[in-house]
Formats: sequence, C-alpha cells, structure tokens
Amino acid sequence: MTQSYVIPKPSRPWRPSPREKGLNIGLLLASVVTSYALVALTEMKGKLAYFFVFFAALALFNMARGLITKDWMNGRDQFFSVIMLLGMTIVILPTASILYTVFDRGRKGLHAGLLTNDMALATPSDPITSGGLLHAIVGTFLLVAVALIVSLPIGILTALYLTEIKGRFTRPIRFLVQAMSGVPSIVAGLFILSSVVYTVTKSYSGLVGSLALTILMIPTIARTAEEVLNLIPNDLREAGVALGGTQWRTVAMVVIPAARSGLITALILGVARIVGETAPMLLLTGGGDAVNINPTQGAMGSLPFYIWKSFLLGTEESITRGWAGLLVLLVLVLSLFLMARFLGSRRTK
Amino acid sequence: MTMLEDRGQRPIPSPREISTQPRFSDKVFRAVVTTGGLSSLAILGLIAAFLGYQGFEILVKEGITFITTSEWTVEVDSFGAITNTTFGLAAMLVGTILCALIAVLIAVPVSVAAAIFLSFYAPASLKKVLVSIIDLMAAFPSILFGFWGLFVLMPSAEYWARLINRYLGFIPIFKVDPPIFTRSPFIAGVVLAIMIIPIVTSISREVFSQTPLDRIQAAYALGATRWNVIRTVALPYARGGIVGGSMLGLGRAMGETVAVYTVLNIVYQINWQVLFGAGGNVASLILLKFGEAQPYEIKALMAAGLVLFLLTLFVNFIADQIVAKSGSKGR
Repeated sequence: MTQSYVIPKPSRPWRPSPREKGLNIGLLLASVVTSYALVALTEMKGKLAYFFVFFAALALFNMARGLITKDWMNGRDQFFSVIMLLGMTIVILPTASILYTVFDRGRKGLHAGLLTNDMALATPSDPITSGGLLHAIVGTFLLVAVALIVSLPIGILTALYLTEIKGRFTRPIRFLVQAMSGVPSIVAGLFILSSVVYTVTKSYSGLVGSLALTILMIPTIARTAEEVLNLIPNDLREAGVALGGTQWRTVAMVVIPAARSGLITALILGVARIVGETAPMLLLTGGGDAVNINPTQGAMGSLPFYIWKSFLLGTEESITRGWAGLLVLLVLVLSLFLMARFLGSRRTK
Repeated sequence: MTMLEDRGQRPIPSPREISTQPRFSDKVFRAVVTTGGLSSLAILGLIAAFLGYQGFEILVKEGITFITTSEWTVEVDSFGAITNTTFGLAAMLVGTILCALIAVLIAVPVSVAAAIFLSFYAPASLKKVLVSIIDLMAAFPSILFGFWGLFVLMPSAEYWARLINRYLGFIPIFKVDPPIFTRSPFIAGVVLAIMIIPIVTSISREVFSQTPLDRIQAAYALGATRWNVIRTVALPYARGGIVGGSMLGLGRAMGETVAVYTVLNIVYQINWQVLFGAGGNVASLILLKFGEAQPYEIKALMAAGLVLFLLTLFVNFIADQIVAKSGSKGR
C-alpha cells in the first residue's frame, strides 16, 4: 500500500498576510483622507486637528476592522494599540522638533571663526561673523575637567561601596545617591555660594562653578558605575580571592580592569549630565567674554552661560548666536551620548 | 638539580598565617571606600546645614509665615539702606507645585502609553531606535528645552490654551480673566512635561519588562488579547513602579530653574488659573532675584533654597519608598 506524505511548507501564521498588509495601508490612507476632509469641512483648524483626527480615525477604523473580522475583544485590542502608538508619537515629536529647530536655526550662526574667536571685542549687534565662542568652549572644558577630578573618585568609591563592601549603609546610601540626583541645580549653586564663595573665596571663579557641577555629577557617575560593577561576574572576584589576593588587590587588579569600559561610560554620562547645566553657572562663574584659562581666578565663560546671555540680549544677531551656541552644545551632548552608546554596546558583546 | 640545590641555600619562607581577619591593606581599602560612600550623606547634610545657616536669620524672623504668606518686598530708603522687608514664599510654592502637577498630569499618561508601546507592540529593531531616542532626550540640557519652548512651542501651546479656555472655560482653573495666554503656568507645565517624559517612560518600561513572563504567557494561553494582558497582568504589576517614576518626575519638575524661567512670566501672586500668563516657581524666583539682591535678601533666597531642597528631598523619599515597596512585593 502506498502512502503519500505531505510535507508541510514552513509558514509563519503570525505574519500579516498580503491582504492584511494591504488593509493596514488602506486604513492608514483612509485616516489621512478623513483628517484632511474633516479639517477642510468643519471648523477645526491647524496641525493639532490634523494630528488628533488622524489618530482618532485610525483607532476607530482599526477597531471596526477587529469587530468585523473577529470579535469585540479584538476590536478593543486594535483600538488600544493605536492609542499606545499615539503616546509613542507624542513622546518622539518634541525630540524631532528640537533637533530640527536647533540644526535649522543654529546653521545660520555658523561661520569660520566661530571656534577660534571670543566675544571680548564683539558687541551684541555686530554681524554674526565677528566674535565666536572660543571662550565658552575653553571655559566649559575647564569646568568639566575640574569637576571630573573631584567627582570621578567619589562616584566610583560610592559605587564600590555599594557593590564590593555591601555594608550596613548600602540601602541608605543608595537612597541618598538617588536623592542627590534629585537636588535641583540651583540649590547646588546656592550651596556652593553659601559654603565656599561667601566664606572662602569671596569672588566668582570657574573653580566654584565646577564644585557645584561636582554635586550634580556624582550621582550619575555613582549609579552608572554601580550598574556596571554589578555586571562583573562574581566568579572573577572569587577567583581573585582564591588565588590569595586581598580584597583590595582583587578589586584593583581584577574588578576595575574588567569594568573599565563601563566606568568610562559612567564618566561620559556624567559629563553629558553637567555640560549643559545653566543655573549654577549663572550664580557662580560670572561668565566672562574673553578666554580665561585660570579656573581659580576671574569670570569664566561657559557654553550655557554664552547661550543664556545671547538670548537675553535680544538683538537679532545675538539670538542667532544663541542658536549657534545651542547647536554646538547639542552636538557636544550628541557625541558624548554616541560615545557612551558605542562603549556600552562593545561591553555587552 | 641546580634548582634544588639553590633552594637548599635559601631560607624557606615561613607559611603565611591563615586568619579570617582582614589584612591591613583591606582595612585601609574598606575605610577609604566607606568614607567615599558616605560622602553623599555628607554632601546632603552640608547642603542643609549651610543653607540653613545662611537663611537662619530670615527663618527666625519670618517664622511659619515664610511659607504661608505671599509677599516678597524689600523697601529701601533714599540712601540704599533697607528699611522694611517681608519675605513670604507661598505664591512661589503654589506655582512650583502647580507647574509640576501639570507636567506630571500630561507626562504620565503619555509616558505610560509609550512604555506599553515599547514593551508590547514595537518590533525589536524599532524598539532599539526609539529607546535610544528617549535616552538621548533625557540627556538634553534644560536650557535647550527652555529656549525651544520659548521660541517654537510657545505659539502652538498658546493656541492650545485658547482652545482649552474656549471649550472648558467654565471650569474655574481654566478661566482667564484678562485674555493673556502667553507665558502661563500651563505652557511651563507642557515644557516640564516634555522634560520629564524620558524619565517616566524609561522607568515604566523597566517595570513592564520585569513583569513575570509566566503570568503573561498564562494570560495568552487563556485566550487573552494583547490589551487584556496589559490591563490585567502588566498594569497591576507595574502600578507601584509607575507611581514611583512619576514621583521622581515630579521632583525633577519642581526643581527646574532655567526652563521655567524662560517660558514663564514670573509674577509674585498666587495664581490658580493655569492658562493665565502669570506664575513662578521657587527656583526661578531665586534666579530672578539673585542678580540685584542685597546681602540681606540673599539670605532670604538661601532660606527659599532650603525650602526647595527639603521639598524635593521629601518627594524623592516618597518615590523611593514606593519603588522599593513595589519591587519587593511583586504585585
């Protein structure tokens, strides 16, 4: 007796069929048409109307499809999936708008001397091509560097306490680090003002600005470093101790080198957190217009201060300068962010 | 052979003493790390101490009226000497809470929807990109949000405010007496909402991703749709984390200085009409008054900073408790 075998073809039943895909696109188009029609025919006007009518129509159409092809439960599911998509869109739109605006408006303020001149000799209404933000970039660089010298050791020590020692204070310290990351930047500025400026230095300088930044930076570094150190397998620590190493040697020779790229990520995220911090700069650094490479003396410019000042001056040229400053700041933040991402992705591999 | 002979020449090292006592280097290491770990406590304590010390005079003089009355005046005679001062923070405290509440009310539904989309709907490739964008948004400095809000968002937000006023104007808080819609607490709230969305979204997403997989699969096996799973399994599980994340966002919104200063018309009065262009918050008041303040008024600003610091610390503490509780209980 011959038997015929039917070899099943591999199929993916969860994938939308061509017909369903077509229907999806059809519903999308129908929603676009509906939003245009409603905006044209009724009193509703503007981008807001287009946006919400589109999503309402999409949600209702999808719900109707679910109801017709399956049942009430599926219809509700379809409806809410569009609502979630709406939420996601609302989250993404501001970022897109910010990126577009800054690149579009900042572009006009770019010129050849932007990164090599300072504002010492330029007045607010001078043409864009005079002056630049060298002083701001140098200032920001120095402020961040000084802040790093203080906050990197403290941040990493805190993380080491939370991961290696795990003493009595682990829970309270974790909370305190969390609370510290919620300290408003202006409070950090006021604190340095009351504790250092009024009692010791009696004047504005870059150094006191960096001290305020330190307070804002420590929690970011500590928390990221803690996450990274937690990822280091315990086997490594045990191996180190089993070979006769003391805890100190194990941490210094095994754990920290293993976590190196992660700790650099923590450092970069800390820098990204403070590089655009404005409020403490306004209180503490004095914000000069000329290049100042001495953090301990004299007013020191910084990118946020430059942007703030340019916008507040209010002339057309200075506002353009402000956007250009924002563009430079954004590029700085973006590149720090990408660097952290790159290191982070290499670590997990 | 030579090696053996050599060894014979040298004294054999005595065996290392085996003990459970930490060695000297470890004692130093532990002491240093513990000191470093406690620095956060020291810094927070010093902040409270120094702001309290500087603002002590004002706090004693004004007493409880410092946070219950809303008048901030410094009278100066013709020689520039201070004759009379009244410092009351109530208007700015109300403004702080109002703006932060608006921000949370807008941000939380949007963020939770986005987090649900990322956790349950988005395909893996799209999810990666979107998560990166949200993380990037969290790294944007506040000055960026401030000036974007002022120049780009303001015209749109003003139009939204007019719409709300036209259709919901019968509700007292949406009433606007003189029709001034620019630079209102509502607009400040929208900007703050955009600033805290990344925080709330990423915390919510994290809690959703911790939902026990067996519960999700059990629900699917019983024939639940995706929405059923979200409503009956994921949301109840994540509720505590979402509330905690929202509180963190609230704390962040309360302490924001620059973004509020740029978009809000700072007027020293208690204003509950959220669409009317007047308001303020404690942080922006400090920035506004700092420029021309005399030493005596700066003391009052320090006291205001202390109030703000304690307020954010309190909100963070509550958030921490909620998150910790929801994490350990699991439901």
